[in-house]
Amino acid sequence: MKPSMSRLRLVMRSTTVRLSALYIMLFALCAAFLVVYVTAMSERLLAQQVREALLQETSEVRGSYDRGGVNLLLRTMERRARQPGANLYVIASPTGEMLAGNVASVEPGVLDREGWTRMPFRYEPFTETGPPRPHVATANVFFLDNGLRVMIGRDLGEPGRFRGIVRRALMVALAIMGLGALIIWFGIGRNALRRIDRMSAASTKIIAGDLSQRLPVGVSGDEFDRLSESLNSMLERIEKLNEGLRQVSDNIAHDLKTPLTRLRNKAADALAEDRGEVRRAALEGIIAESDQLIRTFNALLMISRVEAGSIAAEMTSVDLSAISADSAELYEPVAEEAGLSLTTEIEPGLAVHGNRELIGQAIFNLLDNAIKYAAGSDGAAPIRVILSKQADGLHLSVADSGPGIPADKRKEVTKRFVRLDESRSKPGTGLGLSLVEAVMELHGGRLELSATHGEDAPQPGLTITMVFPFQTL
Amino acid sequence: MQMNPQQSDGKTETRFTDGAADAMVPHMKILVIEDDLEAAAYMTKAFREAGIVVDHASDGESGLFMGSENAYDVMVVDRMLPRRDGISVISELRKRGVNTPVLILSALGQVDDRVTGLRAGGDDYLPKPYAFSELLARVEVLGRRKGAPEQEMVYRVGDLELDRLSHEVRRGGKEILLQPREFRLLEYLMKNAGQVVTRTMLLENVWDYHFDPQTNVIDVHVSRLRSKIEKDFDKPLLKTIRGAGYMIKDEA
Repeated sequence: MKPSMSRLRLVMRSTTVRLSALYIMLFALCAAFLVVYVTAMSERLLAQQVREALLQETSEVRGSYDRGGVNLLLRTMERRARQPGANLYVIASPTGEMLAGNVASVEPGVLDREGWTRMPFRYEPFTETGPPRPHVATANVFFLDNGLRVMIGRDLGEPGRFRGIVRRALMVALAIMGLGALIIWFGIGRNALRRIDRMSAASTKIIAGDLSQRLPVGVSGDEFDRLSESLNSMLERIEKLNEGLRQVSDNIAHDLKTPLTRLRNKAADALAEDRGEVRRAALEGIIAESDQLIRTFNALLMISRVEAGSIAAEMTSVDLSAISADSAELYEPVAEEAGLSLTTEIEPGLAVHGNRELIGQAIFNLLDNAIKYAAGSDGAAPIRVILSKQADGLHLSVADSGPGIPADKRKEVTKRFVRLDESRSKPGTGLGLSLVEAVMELHGGRLELSATHGEDAPQPGLTITMVFPFQTL
Repeated sequence: MQMNPQQSDGKTETRFTDGAADAMVPHMKILVIEDDLEAAAYMTKAFREAGIVVDHASDGESGLFMGSENAYDVMVVDRMLPRRDGISVISELRKRGVNTPVLILSALGQVDDRVTGLRAGGDDYLPKPYAFSELLARVEVLGRRKGAPEQEMVYRVGDLELDRLSHEVRRGGKEILLQPREFRLLEYLMKNAGQVVTRTMLLENVWDYHFDPQTNVIDVHVSRLRSKIEKDFDKPLLKTIRGAGYMIKDEA
């Protein structure tokens, strides 16, 4: 009992069932209205036809009386009364007593007034067997000049028969609809439920950790399929993000484990070392390693802070031209030491609303990278810092002539800890461009990577452009 | 003469690998308000090895009490403290007329947080995690601030002279031509003569950027400056303190 109850409750809770019930109710209302309306209409039509027929007969009967008096009238009426499916005929005395006719009795008062009976009246037809059953009829009554009263009417059957028919029609209609609803529920509802169940099952697997699972998609392209499709693309994104996260964790593990291992080894060396000078060198190495680790952590913290957008409060008007020039000045000796030159093409007086520290650090990171990767490349074309006003905003570029980044890898390099140099032989945290991108996002801008000298050049170089959109301020 | 006459040990290159550093900052007394006891113990020990007398308070209220009752040269205040927030400790101290230089330590991050701390009356700011050498250098610079030659128009280290008004630099009477930035670099180094200044401090005070320079940018500028002020002279003045930063000092 209990499981069936809960199952019933479950069924009642399902959307399909509730929707079906609502539809059935609406259908039933419509059907009832339709039946009542159609009945009323057909009744009216019927009544009109009856009237016309009776009027026709009345004039014929009157005609026979005019032509042949009471005798012809009686004969005519007798003939008509014997025809199958005959109408009702009554001749009554001027006092209302029935003299002749094919009915046993009529409702009193019907014969006292000329003209159409207002409502269908009761009468009793002659019957061969059993007691007479009351019928209803409509009739036209007229008085002859000699005082005789004539009634010509039509049988409307037993009272309530008509209503019975209507009721039966309604019941049949409801039954058909109920059946239809059941079929619909079994067909569509159960089908839908089963699909939802399949989706739930797939979700359960996904929750359990199998992110490669996808929700079933049918061929019809209906709402369920569209839902499944969008959930699937969501899953795809989650899987990708998850993959990225795993990549980051792997990279973190690598980037932190390596210096930690070196740190440990150096500490062990220092411990084993008796010679003061060597020991000191080892200890200094330990400090240098620690500093690098601290830098990495600081950079990670910084990126999270910037990404969280909590720095937005410290936004002011920032002279981009000045920062660009400052940064170039700061890095010029570094570039020179690396055997490179650094030139600037800075449009003066360009400002953005932003955080000077962060923009500064972003430019530093770009210059750092440019010098690091372009150093030692042939030709020694200069590193250029370019600031200009373009149609879509201020463009601040750092262009180098180093080996560049293949077009398909450019998206990768802004990810945390991603370094295209697999061996990680160049120093760095692998976080520089991640920070630049986070900073640009904070400023509502974007980062563009392109080849300085064209994609097919032997030494394409890399141009990284920070695009600051014009602000509505 | 801004040089500390007691500085006699010329061989000191790193500050905490030997006890010789003790002599460099005599009798400086600081208050550390830090609730992380392990960090506080490490800090206390390291400061003492550097010759600094350390008092420790482990929450905001006792820190405020100790800070108002005793005279310290520097206070190191953690931002997040039990019983009273670090920022509130600083503003309350300032309200009570205590003008001891304060260095704020914070795990809250950089940039934005710095501004809040300095507005509350802090004098310097160091985000966690930090290298102790950085903290030590900043504390020493802050502790010397009272006697800082802010008003002096000419800084002298040995035979090197820097005229802050005319922007002239001379060594042994011979004029040395410096770029504006190099001048500011030298000015800051000489203002803190005899003390370690870190790369971050240089970036902050000379370039006005408050973050950790990731590479050797500062080193390159310092070595350019060094070649200019030492090229034709026998005696080196500008020293690299490995693991910490730079120091300008007359070895005489």
